[in-house]
Amino acid sequence: MAIRRISVVAGAVLLLAGCGGAKVGEAPSAAPGTGAAGSAAACGTLNLAINPWVGYEANAAVIAHVAEKNFGCTVVKKDLKEEVAWQGFGTGEVDAVVENWGHDDLKKKYVEEQKTAVELGPTGNQGVIGWYVAPWMAAKYPDITNWENLNKYADLFKTSESGDKGQLLDGDPSFVTNDEALVKNLKLDYKVVFAGSEAALITAFRESEKEQKPIIGYFYDPQWFLAELKLVKINLPAYTTGCDADPAKVACDYPLYELDKIVSKKFADSGSPAFTLIKNFSWTNDDQNLVAKYISEDKMTPADAAAKWAADNEAKIKAWLPTS
Amino acid sequence: MKDQPVLDVRGLWKVFGPKPERAVGSTLSRQELKERTGCVAAVRDVSFAVRPGEVFVVMGLSGSGKSTLVRCLTRLIEPTAGEILFDGADIRKADERHLRELRRHRLAMVFQHFGLLPHRCVLDNVAYGLEIRGSGRAERYKRAREVLELVGLTGFENSYPDQLSGGMQQRVGLARALAVDPDLLLFDEPFSALDPLIRREMQNEVIRLHREVGKTMVFITHDLSEALKLGDRILIMRDGALVQMGTPDEVVGAPADDYVRDFVSDVPRSHVLTLRWVMRDALPEEPLDGPELDPDLVIRDAVRVVLSADRPVRVVRDGELLGVVTSAEILEMIAR
Amino acid sequence: MTTLSLTARVPARRYLLGAILAAWVLGHALLAGRDTLALGGAELTPLHEGANQAWDTVDDNRNSNPFFLYFFNYVRLILDESVRFVQALISQPSFGRPVPVLGWLGVVALAAAVTYIFGNIRVALLTVAGFVSFGLLGLWAESMDTLALTLTAVAYSLAVGIPLGIWAGLSGRFNRFVTPVLDFMQTMPTFVYLAPLTLFFLIGPASATIATMIYAIPPAIRITAHAIREVSPVTLEASASLGATAAQSLRQVRLPLARRTIVVGVNQTIMAALSMATIAALIDAPGLGKTVLKALQTLDIGAAFNAGLAIVIMAVVLDRATTAASRRVETRRRTGREISAFFRRVEVGGALGIAAVLGYLSYTYVWAAEFPAGADLGSYVRRAADAASLWVQDSLSGFTDALKNVITYGLLNPFESLLAGSPWWLVFAVGVSIAALVGGLRAAITAAVGLAALIGLGLWQDSMVTLASTLVATILVLALGVATGVWIGRSDRADAVLRPVLDAGQTMPAFVYLVPILGLFGPTRFTAIIAAVVFAAPVAIKLVAEGIRGVPPATVEAARSAGSSSWQLIGKVRLPMARASVALAANQGLIYVLSMVVVGGLVGAGALGYDVVAGFSQHQLRGKGLAAGLAIVVLGIVLDRVTRAAQVRTVRLGVIKED
Repeated sequence: MAIRRISVVAGAVLLLAGCGGAKVGEAPSAAPGTGAAGSAAACGTLNLAINPWVGYEANAAVIAHVAEKNFGCTVVKKDLKEEVAWQGFGTGEVDAVVENWGHDDLKKKYVEEQKTAVELGPTGNQGVIGWYVAPWMAAKYPDITNWENLNKYADLFKTSESGDKGQLLDGDPSFVTNDEALVKNLKLDYKVVFAGSEAALITAFRESEKEQKPIIGYFYDPQWFLAELKLVKINLPAYTTGCDADPAKVACDYPLYELDKIVSKKFADSGSPAFTLIKNFSWTNDDQNLVAKYISEDKMTPADAAAKWAADNEAKIKAWLPTS
Repeated sequence: MKDQPVLDVRGLWKVFGPKPERAVGSTLSRQELKERTGCVAAVRDVSFAVRPGEVFVVMGLSGSGKSTLVRCLTRLIEPTAGEILFDGADIRKADERHLRELRRHRLAMVFQHFGLLPHRCVLDNVAYGLEIRGSGRAERYKRAREVLELVGLTGFENSYPDQLSGGMQQRVGLARALAVDPDLLLFDEPFSALDPLIRREMQNEVIRLHREVGKTMVFITHDLSEALKLGDRILIMRDGALVQMGTPDEVVGAPADDYVRDFVSDVPRSHVLTLRWVMRDALPEEPLDGPELDPDLVIRDAVRVVLSADRPVRVVRDGELLGVVTSAEILEMIAR
Repeated sequence: MTTLSLTARVPARRYLLGAILAAWVLGHALLAGRDTLALGGAELTPLHEGANQAWDTVDDNRNSNPFFLYFFNYVRLILDESVRFVQALISQPSFGRPVPVLGWLGVVALAAAVTYIFGNIRVALLTVAGFVSFGLLGLWAESMDTLALTLTAVAYSLAVGIPLGIWAGLSGRFNRFVTPVLDFMQTMPTFVYLAPLTLFFLIGPASATIATMIYAIPPAIRITAHAIREVSPVTLEASASLGATAAQSLRQVRLPLARRTIVVGVNQTIMAALSMATIAALIDAPGLGKTVLKALQTLDIGAAFNAGLAIVIMAVVLDRATTAASRRVETRRRTGREISAFFRRVEVGGALGIAAVLGYLSYTYVWAAEFPAGADLGSYVRRAADAASLWVQDSLSGFTDALKNVITYGLLNPFESLLAGSPWWLVFAVGVSIAALVGGLRAAITAAVGLAALIGLGLWQDSMVTLASTLVATILVLALGVATGVWIGRSDRADAVLRPVLDAGQTMPAFVYLVPILGLFGPTRFTAIIAAVVFAAPVAIKLVAEGIRGVPPATVEAARSAGSSSWQLIGKVRLPMARASVALAANQGLIYVLSMVVVGGLVGAGALGYDVVAGFSQHQLRGKGLAAGLAIVVLGIVLDRVTRAAQVRTVRLGVIKED
């Protein structure tokens, strides 16, 4: 019985095979990237680290798109946390980090000491870190955006986590925070609660807007979520150079970050056309937020999102290409 | 009967616990020994000799040390002190290789819980002992089939142990032991896990096999009737020590102490004792022309003759008159 | 006599325990906030800074140190190439072709053939359905990447684990040595060693494979050792009495008899490897885990669920296939030998033949190589999951807030305040005396050493906060375990309905359900507790159900004939008789809850979990993260040893009582 069944199946299979179909490798000019004429300098493989936030992904997607289309590079994206990505410079696993937030400690170690990484200038994006509230709160309590009034509203922010103090929701673990010191030094009646992840922060703000639940927390711009909900920043005492030198005594706002690009020394010396591309790459917060929105809100793949933006912004891309 | 014993055990001790040597030779009770030294003497100063062709039964209740004793004989449990002379050589002095050779060729054991290999069919189970000593495939299967026929399992070669009843499984265990053609067979309560009917059947099987192959056997049991039925001689153990050793009728007819007496009190004595145990000297006026019977005849089998005779029955061996028996002695014996 | 002394002793112990707790509450009332050894989120101790420096040193010397050049680099090379090779076969374009060697049709056919040969026709069909569903969900390549990584890691884990397991089964000394190492490997949070692994083995498949192996080897060793040790002593004795050498006994008795249990170990190894292969996405391990993580960044619940579903399906297929294989080991020998030998050959040859034909097709033709894109089940799944999670968040949030507040204010906050708000020396004393009381002297010593280690690690207060959440979660797990376990244990229908749900709860990566739970409860400690309960409850439920089912029907019948009501039956017969299982469920529940501490850190638990997560992400916090990981291990070992000692005691007391 089983034998008969087997032979029937085998027969059907052979029949199917007889019908044939396109053979692997026969597909007409299927290989991507071979058509890129003109700037045909050997690009080879470009290893892009992908740090885990969507804005980064937007930068990387557009760079990858241009590198593949214009130089025929093979772009390999590696999903890595920042710390791990920097380690990869030394080993040749990673060629470029295309949106870096500060990280002076890493720069000191890998750029100055190990000399495995090279700074490659700003991306044009400005990073803003600070405390934010949902728009409805700013509308209802207009003076809340001044830090000096925060104690007045502390009661609003009491939660099961913060006890009899106001809750300051903190803690995307990837970002350096001075918030515990800030609360102490500004004598605020708040307790820092660690949400633990970007997802947790975003969910909390979303709920805050939807349920009119008071939340104050740590956030940053550019970030795709700001395209969904325009959070309002609290004004802390203004940042002055050096006011955050001693982490224990910080009593001022976070500095503005010039987001920049870092590449490995090896890649910088390789003369790859992709190096020039990354060096010239620069765009605005709005550009990035748009691509990020394509990815996160409209659920496009990063490649599609980049292609769409590239089609609409040919002039900007032209400026990044080598001038020869 | 007078040749050298197959197995001669002298002053055997097995003590469990820390520094067991200290307890050897101690005369303390089990409880005291435990309290003083933390040791338990499972076998204490046991000596006996097994003659060729004999079925030697070791009997005792659970905890009496009999299973430990039989394991000491092949050093499955290492004895603490004493000698185990097997054909004159001390097993305790054998090195590992020599011991293994002994186990592979000359000693074999049948276990209470069978110890069969559940992943092997009956034939491979029986051939296992031959396999590990390096016999070729054809040779060991031939031998295994012979032994299976001997124990009445022909036709079950390809069955697996868990497809067989308990009795049949133990036949496999028996066959496995017989397959290596040992000089001495050890049985560790082989039938206690079986139900009574099967047990009786298996006991008869052992008697039959003993008659057919004539192996020397050491048989452990807690069942007195089994001991009386199978044993040429019986050794009774209690708390690790020897209490009495003798033939079945010696044990029943002359218990060594209250422990043994209590033990044998339920035994129908007429089934065990022989005329030797009830005969008396003839009185002067008694007529001595009654029927003649052998002194080793079990009383049960003599009852009809004695009761139907109108004069005393003469107990005679080799033409010599040993004594007489009348219905009075028989009735008194049965009534007791 | 024994009963008398026992009844006198137990209440005494209970009073003593009450007295300790009362003293603790009193001490807390008087001394709250003093000597709590608090350490802020960004603060470090010298130990943490020392760890940072040590780390840097390793990093700096990677290319010059001979140990790296001649050991780590070779290990990395071998592992990398192994994974890449399997990927080239089933998941990634390779050998100059735009597609892998085996296309989807070939992989499905091969998987079906293998499961048919080692299992049966039913699991083969299940395998086909499962594998095809990967394609239908739109995740063929990702699924194959995950499969490639899992299978490679499993192969190496078994190659290392089974021999070590045999050794541990034969040698009590080696077993005693290896057990704490395995405990360590299983309780150490993945996040802690992921980053150091990349230090030694770089980013890529090698690190991912080793991370997976660290988690997957312990069950292989443990279960193999157990199987070897549990082989019937009667059979071994019989073998020895026939003069078998140790090697003969191992090969012909122990291994064959242990085989079925060892296959169970293989099953557990595969499950562990699969769950870790997902988390290894954090260091760029290829596959479904990556899809889940990406989806989490944009809070795309639909996509996360879709990929999570594929992981669950893969887990179910692999689980059922290995389970069927272990059953086959049992049943195969029952069928007669001579008849089946020929038939078997035909069967195996036929299955492999078909697989070969289909494999060739998938090698040659595009339609068999690339999964057709037309049938897109994935987008429906994504949309349905999105809608469901939205509905849950919208309609349940009133109820969930109340639940959160009851547990947080009623249980968690008082508990945390007692543990983290009392002076350390008070908590230390209380902890050690409770351990002594419930577990005896050795448990007390373990507790003392462990608590001292927490102080040494500089994370006392964080540890106490984590401990409070852990205990509350364990209480919830146990309550759920007993309630549901009793239900399942008594009703086969409940079992049939709930078991797949439990399987899913165990294998669905936590990242998938974090977002909906976050929506319901916000970033709080309670959210972390719920996440831990979702993960740990299935194990507890299964164990309790197992115990309930193991109660002899005769006993139940006797109790029923004596006129017991259903509740009396449960309370007075079934649960007391399943005591050992319930105790085991508590112990395992605790360990599973602890393994979720780090995930809890992602959703608001703070404390040790957050320390570990932050250490993974921030350069200057990695020493602290390492210390926090160790603190979790210490907590795990102390809790495990104390509950196990207590368990042994209750069982022993129970035995005396029943005498």
